[in-house]
Amino acid sequence: MAGTNLQTPILQVDHLSMKFGGLVAIGDLSFTAPRGEITALIGPNGAGKTTVFNCITGFYKPTEGMITMTRASGEKFLLERMPDFQITAKAKVARTFQNIRLFSGMTVLENLLVAQHNALMRASGFTVLGLLGLGGYKDASRASIEKAVYWLEKADLMDRADDPAGDLSYGAQRRLEIARAMCTGPELLCLDEPAAGLNPKESLALNELLLGIRRDSGTSILLIEHDMAVVMEISDHVVVLEYGRKISDGSPASVRSDPKVIAAYLGVDDEEVGDVLVEVGDTSVIEELDGVAPVAQGPAETSSMFEGPIADTVEEAGGETIVPASPAASKAAQVEAETAAKSPVEPKGPAQ
Amino acid sequence: MTAISDNTARSTSSPYGEAIRQALYAALLSAGLFFFFIGLESTQDISNRLILRSHWGVLATVVALVAIGRFLFIAFVLPAVDRRRANRGPIAVVAEKDQSFLRRHRFKIMIALLVLYPVIIVSTVGMQGSLKWVNNFGVQVLIYVMLAWGLNIVVGLAGLLDLGYVAFYAVGAYAYALLGTHFGLSFWILLPAAGIMAAFWGVLLGFPVLRLRGDYLAIVTLAFGEIIRLVLINWRDVTKGSAGISGIPKITFFGWFDFNVSSPNYIGKVFDIPTSGAYYTIFLYYLILALALLTAFVTIRLRRLPVGRAWEALREDEIACRSLGINTTNTKLTAFAIGAMFGGFAGAFFAARQGFINPESFVFLQSAIILAIVVLGGMGSLSGIAIAALVMIGGMEILREMQFLKLVFGQNFTPELYRMLLFGIAMVVVMVWKPRGFVGSREPTAYLKEARAVSSTFTKEGHG
Ligand SMILES: Nc1ncnc2c1ncn2[C@@H]1O[C@H](COP(=O)(O)OP(=O)(O)O)[C@@H](O)[C@H]1O
Ligand SMILES: [Mg+2]
Repeated sequence: MAGTNLQTPILQVDHLSMKFGGLVAIGDLSFTAPRGEITALIGPNGAGKTTVFNCITGFYKPTEGMITMTRASGEKFLLERMPDFQITAKAKVARTFQNIRLFSGMTVLENLLVAQHNALMRASGFTVLGLLGLGGYKDASRASIEKAVYWLEKADLMDRADDPAGDLSYGAQRRLEIARAMCTGPELLCLDEPAAGLNPKESLALNELLLGIRRDSGTSILLIEHDMAVVMEISDHVVVLEYGRKISDGSPASVRSDPKVIAAYLGVDDEEVGDVLVEVGDTSVIEELDGVAPVAQGPAETSSMFEGPIADTVEEAGGETIVPASPAASKAAQVEAETAAKSPVEPKGPAQ
Repeated sequence: MTAISDNTARSTSSPYGEAIRQALYAALLSAGLFFFFIGLESTQDISNRLILRSHWGVLATVVALVAIGRFLFIAFVLPAVDRRRANRGPIAVVAEKDQSFLRRHRFKIMIALLVLYPVIIVSTVGMQGSLKWVNNFGVQVLIYVMLAWGLNIVVGLAGLLDLGYVAFYAVGAYAYALLGTHFGLSFWILLPAAGIMAAFWGVLLGFPVLRLRGDYLAIVTLAFGEIIRLVLINWRDVTKGSAGISGIPKITFFGWFDFNVSSPNYIGKVFDIPTSGAYYTIFLYYLILALALLTAFVTIRLRRLPVGRAWEALREDEIACRSLGINTTNTKLTAFAIGAMFGGFAGAFFAARQGFINPESFVFLQSAIILAIVVLGGMGSLSGIAIAALVMIGGMEILREMQFLKLVFGQNFTPELYRMLLFGIAMVVVMVWKPRGFVGSREPTAYLKEARAVSSTFTKEGHG
């Protein structure tokens, strides 16, 4: 039972699409997150990584697609059909936020106790018994503090336990947010840019914490990260997004050497795209791709808010000839497409 | 070295010179301003000609007063304030370290004082004289303390801005008034019934407003309060409209004795003591004290239970709550229901105390006053709110006592007419002085080593 279960990925995303009006934030994205591993989701700003997280954790209802979470018990949950709080409570998926969301007016310890709400609620007889001082609330309360202390130690926050969360340094707040997510007892932990804004020392501490979580609790981790060094060091599996589409998927080493990733993610300038193509060689393949690619990745779908009015691209899509993605739509597409395309506009995502 | 001595020399020698200079400026400024306002008066004489009358004497007095005031302020008040500010740091630290007996047991002492209050009053001003003090200052203030503590659950803890709280007070009051007069049920049965009914209405209100936040929530709750009042006014068959319900039965002491002089179980007959109206008031005082303390007790316990923590977490960040598996819908509904329940208890008590109720007692102004008490006291803080209720409601009552003001402002002056003005001024002053209320910090609900209050810079007010 458990043996077969280990083979099934903990999270399977199938044909996920998310549209905001005319903007396709995620287009037909499929990937899996293996059980017990750290899967990194990378991509430039505005690639749709946070949107994927919001779909997985129920904050957005995807336009299309299926997200299947398989718990260690073998129980399957279709996350796109569940309300957000039940995804954490029942499917055991926990998350952190790109812009930290702590309960800043509550102490560090209280933050970790709030995360154990559901277990404590049951122990307090849904408040009634707890109010009357009956039942096992005292024991549950003690156990919850022990659990909090365990995560405080892991996150190196023991001496700040009684301080307000808002008073912590940025790095400590990030660690606290992870500790708080872990206090919900998740099987899948989704971290949205946990290393953003950390200094090298804090970043190192974070790596330790994440590797420790995977090692000790067996929690699978889905990680959004910008810092390639972090990704390469701790992840077992990388999925690369660009403009809501998957452009690469595999081990860190294979992803790192993928020319599309190099062009799209590693920030190659437009002039350098040609150089990359030369490096990669194989212009014939590129020309072949040029004719095929736009069917799936038509301009209408790749259009993002940064390319000007959607009508422009839609019109192009309706035309007889299949036009490659509009200028500057996708660096990866550019590698696939001709280098001749002039792209004066630098696509840039909003800083979140 | 020289610079330092220079500085000290200037700051010690200058106040008077500086003060005289500033006083002259102020005098000039006020002379210029008041020249037309006070110095000159245009009137018409008998033949309708415009004539100018001058009041140089009054003008001179006002200008002199301004100058003297400015001089005193610069010369004495400012240095005193500076000195206090300079001294405050070390003194505050010492005071905090010094956990004296009074400080440690301040809550027990407060409760003991509250319990002894009627005894003290009766022994100083006698049975008959005590009526006013126990009723106006005791019962009246405690009703508002209880209401504000109830609203505190919704606004202070859960961060949901509710401008229609008085609706639940009304539901409780009418529940007792109607069921008590029609079916003759006892207060002790109807008290929980009124609470449950108010809680039910709290949930009913909660459902439609769950998705609303901030201003929108405030407006819908305000409308809800008005709807309840208008229903009470217009549903004449049941509520008798604006005429109200009278003859609401008095509370008995669990049927053992009661407070109707004509009844065989009258307290005076049971205990063989002289007839007096003060017994009922004193009994009401202890009843509302018990109800208020129950509210405080339940609130304190709830804060340490997961539901209370979830309320506060909801106030801090609703999205984070949902990401932790907290059902925010249920959490908000319980806050509305429990807050409303205490409003219902208070309402039933109010009806029993008045013996007569009509919709006029449940106008929006009541909601505003209760909310003002919560905000003034410091959202979430029971002691701050109790102080605010005492200051605000007690202050209003004290105004009535200030008959000496008639000597200052003339015989036609009725101080209680100015209570709303004073209420407003007090709010502005407190909000400037302490923007987060009397007690802005929050006590943590759990701690590992030491419970340190969380400063108001970190806590949030909620977004509705
Ligand atoms: N709620 C929303 N409404 C409209 N557009 C959105 C919303 N959320 C995200 N987007 C858009 O979707 C795209 C992907 O955003 P996001 O997922 O935040 O990117 P990333 O996290 O990869 O930087 C961006 O163009 C962004 O503007
Ligand atoms: Mg993002």
